[in-house]
Amino acid sequence: MIREFQHGTKALPSNLPCRLIKVGAVEWRQIAQRVRTDGGRLLTLWGADDRDRDGRYRVYAAYLNANGVDVIEHEMDGGARPVYPSLCEFFPSSLRMERTVFDLLGIRSMEPDQRGWLRHGGWSESAFPLRRDFESNSQSAAVSEPYPFVQVEGDGVHEIPVGPVHAGTIEPGHFRFSVVGEKVLRLEERLGYTHKGVEKRFEQLPLEEGHRLAARISGDSAVAYSWAYCAALESITSADCPPRALQLRALALEHERMANHLGDLGALGNDAGFAFGLTHFSRMKEDLLRTNQACFGARYLMDFIVPGGVVSDLPAHAHRLLLDRYRTIEAGTASMRNTYDNHAGVQDRFRETGVLSPELAWNLDATGLAARASGIPHDLRADCPWPPYDKLKPKVSTQPSGDVAARAAVRFDEIVESLRICRALAGGLAGGSVRNAIAEAAPGLLGIGVIEAWRGPVLIALETGPGGSIRRCHPHDPSWQNWPLLEFAILGNLVPDFPLINKSFNLSYSGQDV
Amino acid sequence: MIKTLVQIVRTGILTEEAPQVADADLALSEIHESIRRTLGRALCIRHVDAGSCNGCELEIQALNNPYYNLEGIGIKFVASPRHADLLLVTGPVSVNMEEALKRTFDAISDPKLVVAVGDCGTCGGIFGKSYASRGAVADVIPVNHSVKGCPPAPVAILQAILQVIR
Ligand code: SF4
Repeated sequence: MIREFQHGTKALPSNLPCRLIKVGAVEWRQIAQRVRTDGGRLLTLWGADDRDRDGRYRVYAAYLNANGVDVIEHEMDGGARPVYPSLCEFFPSSLRMERTVFDLLGIRSMEPDQRGWLRHGGWSESAFPLRRDFESNSQSAAVSEPYPFVQVEGDGVHEIPVGPVHAGTIEPGHFRFSVVGEKVLRLEERLGYTHKGVEKRFEQLPLEEGHRLAARISGDSAVAYSWAYCAALESITSADCPPRALQLRALALEHERMANHLGDLGALGNDAGFAFGLTHFSRMKEDLLRTNQACFGARYLMDFIVPGGVVSDLPAHAHRLLLDRYRTIEAGTASMRNTYDNHAGVQDRFRETGVLSPELAWNLDATGLAARASGIPHDLRADCPWPPYDKLKPKVSTQPSGDVAARAAVRFDEIVESLRICRALAGGLAGGSVRNAIAEAAPGLLGIGVIEAWRGPVLIALETGPGGSIRRCHPHDPSWQNWPLLEFAILGNLVPDFPLINKSFNLSYSGQDV
Repeated sequence: MIKTLVQIVRTGILTEEAPQVADADLALSEIHESIRRTLGRALCIRHVDAGSCNGCELEIQALNNPYYNLEGIGIKFVASPRHADLLLVTGPVSVNMEEALKRTFDAISDPKLVVAVGDCGTCGGIFGKSYASRGAVADVIPVNHSVKGCPPAPVAILQAILQVIR
């Protein structure tokens, strides 16, 4: 696809086909343009301070192309004002990532919006936490700095600020609505409230413990993140993960997908004024979490996936428990789908609410579940399957309408497909061990782990340091791409519909704030 | 509608008994009674995510599912801190949430009960203290009780709530 740029190309360790391509500033932009025209996607963007090694700063962009992942590396002189060309012209989702690269590293993209994103005033403007010479445990008194929201002028326009603390048990973030009457003219998000220095923290952990932090980047995607981390580390060390462990990981990942979908479908019913939906879905979710406890040893699988495999095998009676649980979830979900589909009140609230057209979704870099609900049939489990998904042939579910109803329908379909996958896995488990030892990693190696989580692809870019240390670890959540979609999907809708529309995306705050 | 009703009847009542407080054997009705005596009404809880990974939130949300039926034992979540008797705080306190947490604490009414939830709320968890994290909730506002776990199970959270209001 990007053949003409292949001079500095080498293969990168990853669970997907992956290459590293080193380029100059001009090619950095040319490649972005080419990827866009060829239908590829921007997976993530990050930077690194390598002045201690060779006097350079680096930025990396990871793209998903038809043949796998291409990581583009561009290096800059480590002088006082390192800059690189912005990718926003081709991939608008790059903007917040570029602002973050500046907040954490002091490397500026040539993009006019230079407001801080993760830095709210909690550390000095001239301090950059991911630089090698930054003292990570330094604490300074927070100075809360005013944030210049974009103003909407006009007759009868007023602003409604919401957050960061919300009504209800959810994560914190700020939403600034400009409205006329009850109609939303503009929404601007301000995130970063749960920024807790994850990337710097990684650098204090040994390689063999990083998966524990990865699992806690977004607790609802613990399996996906810990798998992505382990996939990166195992690729770097050429470790063999036993086939049975890979199957158990996939089982856990599908349980995570179902648990989140069940929770969301209940909450969507509730937000549409149908509390009965919440009662039934929250019960099915609880049943599944209890099955997790019985089969995997925990309700939320924060510590199940470990480098080289999984922490424990299934207990002897697990097969029976799993199949019983799949049966009740299948019956319960089918019956609730029927109920939702035939409930006039629910349908009235779901349909044509929070519409994200396929065209807009594509232009804005929508990814994962939200993209599939706007007609974009991307799912790495099918498009670029890693073991054991290569044998499972997952079916991708899409909906064309891009509204709340579509995002609910994709969840319903995906529960059905996850159940099929889980039954296939549970019925065909390989024998043997569930964990292999992994070799010590050589320093200075970059590896990439990518896993299709329930929201979309999560990525871990891991670079090894000397003596089994982590030199750099960059996690990426699909919420980076999808948060900006919400600003568009809400336009023209009523303020009271916001909770429902927001829930239908259910994006991660912690995963993007890191 | 008929279908919905049939499903309600078929499902029956799923609520389990409220957990026992660690050092006492309080029956559900006694817990009810103890809440009423202490507060004269339902216990109102305000939750603040001060920087959590969202794992603890999921287990707090689970308290509203039919198995734990929080409202059934006289405990409800409220939207405004001014209506709250108790603050349930999750996460290590991120530097970016410090001010919002302090403000919410100031807004709740006396006696300002605070329960810190999870390994993070208790001691900072895996995130610890850093340029972006203040660590434990108790390092930012006064805490009456903490519940460990990552995330703690709903029953453990419920036990901590009951413990602190007794
Ligand atoms: S205690 Fe665990 S689940 Fe709770 S916020 Fe911390 S990391 Fe997440």
